Amino acid sequence: MILVWLMVILFAGGIGAWLAESRGAEHPRAVALAAILLDLFLVILMLVAPDTLGLGTADTVAQLGQQGEWLVLLQADWIPRFGVSFIFGADGLGLMLIALTVFLGLVSLGAAWGEIHERSGFFYFNLLWTLAGVIGVFTALDLFLFFFFWEVMLIPMYFIIAIWGHENKEYAAMKFFIFTQVSGLLMLLSILVLVYFHYDSTQQMTFSYFELLGTQLPDNISMWVMLGFFIAFATKLPAVPVHNWLPDAHSQAPTAGSVILAGILLKTGAYGLLRFTVPLFPAESVVFGPYAMTLGVISILYTAKVAFAQTDLKRLIAYTSVSHMGFVLLGIYAWNAQAVQGAVMTMLAHGFSAAALFMLAGGLQHRIHTRDMDKMGGLWGVAPQMAFMAMFFTVAAVGMPGLGNFVGEFLVLLGSFQVSHTITAFAALGLVVAAVYSLIVIQKVFFGKNVNNLKMADLSGMEFLCLALMMIGLIWMGMYPQTMLDMAQPTLQSLNIAFPG
Amino acid sequence: MLDLLWLVPTIPLIGSLILIFTQGKLPEVPAGIVGAGSIGLAFVVALLAGIDFLQSDLPVFSQTLWTWMSVGNFNAGFTLYLDGVSLVMMFIITGIGFLIHVYATGYMHDDPGFARFFSYMNLFVSAMLILVLGDNLLLLFMGWEGVGLCSYLLIGFWYTDSYNGYCARKAFVVTRVGDASMALGLFLLFQNVGTLNIQEAMQIAQGQWPAGGSNIATAITLLLLGGAVGKSAQLPLQTWLPDAMAGPTPISALIHAATMVTAGVYLIARTHVLYLLAPEVQYLVGVIGAITLLMAGFTALVQSDIKKVLAFSTMSQIGYMFLALGVGAWSSAIFHLMTHAFFKALLFLTAGSIILGMHHEQNIFKMGGLRKDLPWSHALFLIGTLGLVAFPGFSGFFSKEEILATAMSNHEGGYILYLAGLAGAVMTYLYSFRLYFLVFYGKKTHDGHEVMGLNLQGPLVLLAVLSVVGGFIAIPVHEVFPEVEEHHPSILAQAVMILLPMLGAVVAWWVFIKGGIDTDNLTASGIGKALHRFWFTQWGMDWLYDKVIVAPYVGLARLNRNDFIDSIYNGTARLALVLHGLVSDTQTGQLRWYALTMISGVLLLVSIGVLL
Repeated sequence: MILVWLMVILFAGGIGAWLAESRGAEHPRAVALAAILLDLFLVILMLVAPDTLGLGTADTVAQLGQQGEWLVLLQADWIPRFGVSFIFGADGLGLMLIALTVFLGLVSLGAAWGEIHERSGFFYFNLLWTLAGVIGVFTALDLFLFFFFWEVMLIPMYFIIAIWGHENKEYAAMKFFIFTQVSGLLMLLSILVLVYFHYDSTQQMTFSYFELLGTQLPDNISMWVMLGFFIAFATKLPAVPVHNWLPDAHSQAPTAGSVILAGILLKTGAYGLLRFTVPLFPAESVVFGPYAMTLGVISILYTAKVAFAQTDLKRLIAYTSVSHMGFVLLGIYAWNAQAVQGAVMTMLAHGFSAAALFMLAGGLQHRIHTRDMDKMGGLWGVAPQMAFMAMFFTVAAVGMPGLGNFVGEFLVLLGSFQVSHTITAFAALGLVVAAVYSLIVIQKVFFGKNVNNLKMADLSGMEFLCLALMMIGLIWMGMYPQTMLDMAQPTLQSLNIAFPG
Repeated sequence: MLDLLWLVPTIPLIGSLILIFTQGKLPEVPAGIVGAGSIGLAFVVALLAGIDFLQSDLPVFSQTLWTWMSVGNFNAGFTLYLDGVSLVMMFIITGIGFLIHVYATGYMHDDPGFARFFSYMNLFVSAMLILVLGDNLLLLFMGWEGVGLCSYLLIGFWYTDSYNGYCARKAFVVTRVGDASMALGLFLLFQNVGTLNIQEAMQIAQGQWPAGGSNIATAITLLLLGGAVGKSAQLPLQTWLPDAMAGPTPISALIHAATMVTAGVYLIARTHVLYLLAPEVQYLVGVIGAITLLMAGFTALVQSDIKKVLAFSTMSQIGYMFLALGVGAWSSAIFHLMTHAFFKALLFLTAGSIILGMHHEQNIFKMGGLRKDLPWSHALFLIGTLGLVAFPGFSGFFSKEEILATAMSNHEGGYILYLAGLAGAVMTYLYSFRLYFLVFYGKKTHDGHEVMGLNLQGPLVLLAVLSVVGGFIAIPVHEVFPEVEEHHPSILAQAVMILLPMLGAVVAWWVFIKGGIDTDNLTASGIGKALHRFWFTQWGMDWLYDKVIVAPYVGLARLNRNDFIDSIYNGTARLALVLHGLVSDTQTGQLRWYALTMISGVLLLVSIGVLL
């Protein structure tokens, strides 16, 4: 029930925030803060003291078979006639992603705190509903329910970009919507085909993930059905060549929107591949694996090169996100212990580093009203705290050992190397090009002379706090990743990934 | 005391964190005390632990702090590993590091980024210690990347000048190419031996791989060598080192002479068993060293920036270390690494004093006749120079003679390497004394004044002492490396080795003091000019990389700034719009137009029907 509570609090908090606007523009953010803090409290409780919530009991798990160690599992009928039910579950992986979601929700609130004053009630409504949708995606184990939440997180995000975005917001929001919607429809189609063939062979209508696992599809269509899932998730990830919505969405979205997009929404794509695409279609994924890995490497290298040429700071960071997600794609389709653990670590670490970089870029834009790096320069002397933070998170993104991103990328490469030497050799070039595009940001924004004589305030207390928390998170992930690795391992084992001793 | 080993890399880290989190608000004196004091303290702890270790008769000491990551059959821990080699390295890093830090408190006096400077320096020392103390290649890699980062931060320390930023990025990116190669080497090693623990991996490899060389050993050692040549500025990844001189001079001494650039030598020595299993690659290491030492020697000869001469000389001396590794003179390589750290740190820091004394002038042609104005610097620089050229009795002499002697008696192609090393020794005399004469002799054109201070001269004097007597230090590395039979070249051979290179000094004297050749004339003539340019540009390699790699990459990136894939989607959207426009244009609202189209449609259908 706790998982439902997490979502209910956010849904209700969103409505509350909307209603609170009538009392004054500052009220919605207080309501939103209360809702997220309450969620965060529950999540922390789930992580450190699960027994106080009565979690970890294996009874419900037994009913559903041997599907790994679910810490929480809830099942109830929804539309029994069509075999649609409420199945929410969280295992180690899910729990970590929920924690990431709620935490970055708090960060995005911090980013919006001083930035959003127009129609703030509706803004925080959308913010909280997006978060609730994401939690739904990370916990839903009924494919219909999953698709439902997939849409729930899309529409509020569309509004966030379209209403509070920058100069070209309608275009960006529409592009975001069309890409996600079209690819989502392909997934819906695939879900229906899968359910139909399952019904055909068992005479049982169900959307349950557990029931649908192992469904045999006719050879001539199984690949297409798998691709329906793959395209939907690859678009969200995103991977080349379906990545083009991201740079526009990011550069136009308000800071809080970028934080959520980069930090959390992209991870739903990776999660979908890991939880649904490969386990539902193991044989097809083996055949498709090399192509997906190649796409991953193309994503890494191609978008790194495009990123390097950008002058719009947020567009540049957006492209680097695609590049980093290429490692996730590579790791997932290499499908061995190291590679997938690396993919999970990259998801978490990139969540922090990209969210932080977007927060910094958004903060810069808010202060000096431009994203054009050619107009910046020498800001180290102007805002040293901001410069230090930017340096830290850039260095994290470059993959410096001791910080989370390195652990992720290293494990991905180590694992994928066992599968393909050639693909991994190209992927390792990603380490070089990452340095090329990252350092150019530091150079153009913070080094050099402040030719335009820009003046701006350094980080606010709220910004500093958010960034410092993410910094601690990345150092933890980098120095003691075992915390996360141990949490993810049972999940991955339940997905039939072997962990040789 | 041995259990305190973990403190050695931790203390500088804490120093760095203190300086970072006080955000430069600490005044200079306390910042200097934290900055230099942390290294001094680390040195004291290292000394206590080291003495304890040497007295304990343990072959190795290892200390596991915690498990870093364990995934399936892959394990890597935060485990420190101390043996003779890491002990020597630890002493060099903390000892020389401390002296350089003390010097830097004087050199960086009144710089607005004083605390920031020391925060990076301390972080560097910490990373470098992790590099040499790590018991597995992943931990070593962490230190490896960490020192690269600090090198980047410190080269670009004076960030308002974009050129410094460019140099910093170049250094980081070029060495990253090597790092990527090294990472692949780690993957391949893990795939074949199932561990990245250095000692275990070497043991397993020795048991499994054939002694005469095998593809797998060749591939792994080549990939690791890629990392080593990147970090140690050897061919073909040497181009970043001269640009790295853009940083403040103390970092050139610490990072780009005494410690970081020798990491490649350390890596190969550390994994020497793997190289013994791949004899061709081991020989290649020697060949790379030989070519680099000669190439860098020629390039040093035509430079006009005092720090760049020293940079190329560093490259050249590391070439000697690589040559030593190539002929299996493992301990001589580490020995030369140590003596080089002494005299090259001395040379760089003295050069720093000269630069300060000349109001930040680095061009040696604007110096000259400075021996009266700068008596301290003159004496110290001379000592450093004598160390560098391996003048008998000075520290460099002992280490270089060992290397050349081993190369000479090596039967598998060692003789060619020996000849290259001997030619390089002549070059060393030549470019070193050219530098020395140009700076301190000849006509005085600009006034200089000695910048005095205990924190400046103190470390210099200590380094000068080490440069003289450092050759008598016996390093405890013989248990680590396989036995190399002692070579005692004949008296004649020794005389050649000692006396022949001195010719270089004579030539330098003849040209630059006596004026035997007009160098301006020489470089003005066709061949002279071409040769000068060829050497000056590091044999054109910078130019080549720029044309073959950098320019195409930047060009392609600029060309595709708008991401051509996007135009496919936008094209689809535009096509839809155009078609939409075409169709909606037919909706004119005029009856005769509708009538016309209807009739033409009917006619078309009828005629199709008739024709069919």
